[in-house]
Amino acid sequence: MHSSSSTSLSLPPTNCSILKRSHKNHVQQISVKPLNVPFCGLRKEVLSFSFSQLKIRCETQRVRSFFRNNIVSASVVDNGSAPTSFDYDLVIIGAGVGGHGAALHAVEKGLKTAIIEGDVIGGTCVNRGCVPSKALLAVSGRMRELKNEHHLKALGLQVSAAGYDRQAVADHANNLASKIRNNLTNSLKALGVDILTGVGTIVGPQRVKYGKVGFSDNEVTARDIIIATGSVPFVPRGIEVDGKTVITSDHALKLEFVPEWIAIVGSGYIGLEFSDVYTALGSEVTFIEALDQLMPGFDPEISKLAQRILVNPRKIDYHTGVFATKITPAKDGKPVVIELTDAKTKELKETLEVDAALIATGRAPFTEGLGLENINVLTQRGFIPIDERMRVLDADGKLVPHLYCIGDANGKMMLAHAASAQGISVVEQVSGRDHVLNHLSIPAACFTHPEISMVGLTEPQAREKAENEGFVISIAKTSFKANTKALAENEGEGLAKLIYRPDNGEILGVHIFGLHAADLIHEASNAMALGTTIQDIKFAVHAHPTLSEVLDELFKSAKVTSHDHHPLSEPVAV
Amino acid sequence: MASPLQYKSPTPLSFSSTISSTISSPRSFSCSPRRYKLPSIQSKIREIFMPALSSTMTEGKIVSWVKSEGDLLSKGEPVVVVESDKADMDVETFYGGILAAIVVNEGETAPVGAPVAFLAETEDEIAEAKAKAKAKGQSVVATSEAASPPNVAASPPPSPPPPAAATSGPRKIIATPYAKKLAKQHKVDINKVIGTGAFGRITPEDVEKAAGITPAPSKSIPAANVVAAPTPVAPQKASPTSFPEIPGSTVVPFTTMQAAVSKNMMESLSVPTFRVGYPVSTAALDALYDKVKPKGVTMTALLAKAAAMALAQHPVVNSTCKDGKSFTYNSSVNIAVAVAINGGLITPVLQDADKLDLYLLSQRWKELVDKARAKQLQPHEYNSGTFTLSNLGMFGVDRFDAILPPGQGAIMAVGASKPTVVTDAEGFFSVKNKMLVNVTADHRIIYGADLAAFLQTLSKIVENPESLTM
Repeated sequence: MHSSSSTSLSLPPTNCSILKRSHKNHVQQISVKPLNVPFCGLRKEVLSFSFSQLKIRCETQRVRSFFRNNIVSASVVDNGSAPTSFDYDLVIIGAGVGGHGAALHAVEKGLKTAIIEGDVIGGTCVNRGCVPSKALLAVSGRMRELKNEHHLKALGLQVSAAGYDRQAVADHANNLASKIRNNLTNSLKALGVDILTGVGTIVGPQRVKYGKVGFSDNEVTARDIIIATGSVPFVPRGIEVDGKTVITSDHALKLEFVPEWIAIVGSGYIGLEFSDVYTALGSEVTFIEALDQLMPGFDPEISKLAQRILVNPRKIDYHTGVFATKITPAKDGKPVVIELTDAKTKELKETLEVDAALIATGRAPFTEGLGLENINVLTQRGFIPIDERMRVLDADGKLVPHLYCIGDANGKMMLAHAASAQGISVVEQVSGRDHVLNHLSIPAACFTHPEISMVGLTEPQAREKAENEGFVISIAKTSFKANTKALAENEGEGLAKLIYRPDNGEILGVHIFGLHAADLIHEASNAMALGTTIQDIKFAVHAHPTLSEVLDELFKSAKVTSHDHHPLSEPVAV
Repeated sequence: MASPLQYKSPTPLSFSSTISSTISSPRSFSCSPRRYKLPSIQSKIREIFMPALSSTMTEGKIVSWVKSEGDLLSKGEPVVVVESDKADMDVETFYGGILAAIVVNEGETAPVGAPVAFLAETEDEIAEAKAKAKAKGQSVVATSEAASPPNVAASPPPSPPPPAAATSGPRKIIATPYAKKLAKQHKVDINKVIGTGAFGRITPEDVEKAAGITPAPSKSIPAANVVAAPTPVAPQKASPTSFPEIPGSTVVPFTTMQAAVSKNMMESLSVPTFRVGYPVSTAALDALYDKVKPKGVTMTALLAKAAAMALAQHPVVNSTCKDGKSFTYNSSVNIAVAVAINGGLITPVLQDADKLDLYLLSQRWKELVDKARAKQLQPHEYNSGTFTLSNLGMFGVDRFDAILPPGQGAIMAVGASKPTVVTDAEGFFSVKNKMLVNVTADHRIIYGADLAAFLQTLSKIVENPESLTM
């Protein structure tokens, strides 16, 4: 590929000639003459772009190089050890969904990009998270339907006893993961992103080494580096994970056995989704939640309704306000033993004996071995400190130039699509366009049956904000029971809730619990991302009969006093 | 507090009762709250009860009190928001008065039927109501805290909860989540259930057994248990629910014919039938039979012919009730005759049996039986009957009772002809051959007098059988 030491090229003299020797300027210079053969040989993926696109890109690059020159020249002064020319424009450490999203966008922006991965492409989401769990949930959803005689009867269907083959279900999840993993790998390769295999370590400013354990390390330089190393399941102290009877989501997704009775520690997204899978497959479930309420992360009204539908009628019981302080795996003919300690009094409250325990107490950042000490960065509980532009902060709270951190490793919003959005935001910045991601417009979903989804603030958060900032909020609600499509499916259970400002029509939060809620949230999240007001969106038309009319009705039922049809000011980052 | 989810039930429910009326059971109470039933109430203090907001609700949680102690309530006003297993609902009072005391506070739960507050009619009675609340309140709180099955008002079982609660401390009870749910639902004291599951834990099956519910048949249970367990006698509905499994039994699926019989028999249950019996002297018939037997005439043909001739005179017995609203009079008399064949049962039909002569009928019958054996009967040859004849006389059966097949008005069951001692009008004894004929009919169209008249005619024909040969 391209070598950075192309000093023989004659370039117009500028006051920043050092940087002009870089690869990027190389492209810029020659791209003025698109018929130039060496150019075509340099970046084969560029061949697929039309000339007009190329031109536009070149213009943005000009702007960008100006922007970058100022910053980089400053940093060169600060730190003499920084390389003066780079192997890559962008090196991403970690090929999860965040790294992948950033890489794709970087290629679109014309950056020479490499991605370092020490494990498998796709990261947690694709291999041990969202993707295989969706396969299991697809099975559990169907099982639930087939086992619900009452529901089937109401539709006029007759099905004799539904059963499942555990291994075939597990294979489905595994096959899906490998399919998506291959898709990701191929898309990276097709776009010309270099996949560097090994564990990436930052050795100094703009300098990364990588290599497999036991092999010699390679070192590359990059103008900008993104850390996207993600997270691993968090296991609290006192819990002994043996991978068989005491497991994390990593093991559970392999579905090596379906216990008769499983305790799930934690009732967040992961715990809830697994409770849906296990109860559909015939297990009984006991939730252990440290807070006083199940599903603490959700809007209280939604979690209350969800508890009525997802927990109470199922073979689930729960202990709230307790910590699982000690969990011993099953051995010597004894069951899994769980000691529950009262969260307030710290006294041993109860001992449970179950067949298996799933630890779903959240995720811990995977930031060890990144070489952060080499650049004076201290993690906070493992998370890498960043500013609102994902720029890494060092121990003194100063910006580390050219270093960004996205995704679970920064802990801002531990969701795959949030990582990807952060990655895109960073690529926008390094290619010269300032961009701040509005995290409040990032939707989240829990794929239970029915699904839960949300974007923005919960009602208590909105009330607090309203009080602090001196405005009034209103709530609007619609039920799935009034929706034709939901009733046709015989799935009328559900609620959509809108939290908004009646004075200007700003959407503060939307929460949905009901059939296909995860797919429905995007109308609301897009409106929030684009700053669309309720008085505008309520005129948008929805196909009839569809579930989307639940949101249509929601927006129409909101009472806004202002009739201004101007979009709100720029979305504010949080 | 957020407004309660009202979509489940837009009309608020109403619940309260007078304290002095004894509540026979919480369920009966929840179905029909007593109104001003007892005029001789001394005290005007009333309880507001936890209502049953859904059929599956066993306890309810107080979400919020709309009114507070000391508030003046008027009849029909919402007082409290209750969370059931399904939704939050406003509960309104049936009586006016002063909300004297709240027994179950916000966030607490109470079993269905337990008092949640006391209502006083006048200010003077507030103190009395409060005293009652104090007494009741303690017991309610005690039961709900001990998480023992709800012990409501005057429920007959003695079950003293305090000792049970006390012993539950040291003894380790491990029950699966569903077992606990079932125990609550069926009001089974989980502390008294013996666990048979892995590690001695109480399984849902254990609770079901304790509650007297027959476990699902798919589960393999030790045979001894099943035999010993008292099988609950419940009226079996159309679907075969669950029967105790007897060891060594084999299951043979129905043949198509047997399945059809089964289906017809289930269908017959929807028809209101009744039976009328009649003894018929057969001396003359027997004599005739002896004469015509060499010509290939069977007793079946004789009886069919006799019945057909009687039916021709009593068209109502040959009619059908198709829709429950009308008679369908059949133009021809088609006698279906039940025949046991190849482990099944089929009813070849002698069409126009009243018109054909005895010899043709006998010939026709022979053909039908041959066809039936060869499984070559055409549908119209076995499903066009308007009246059925079933004869078990040849086996020595003296009387029996037939089930009316769907689509017909009556069926005749014929027993064996046996010598019987009879007395005549002058009191002289004699021995005569008599057979018992028992007709089952659809009472929507055929009444007792109709059958009696029909049987009389039949009896006359059989006793004077010359007409049969004509």
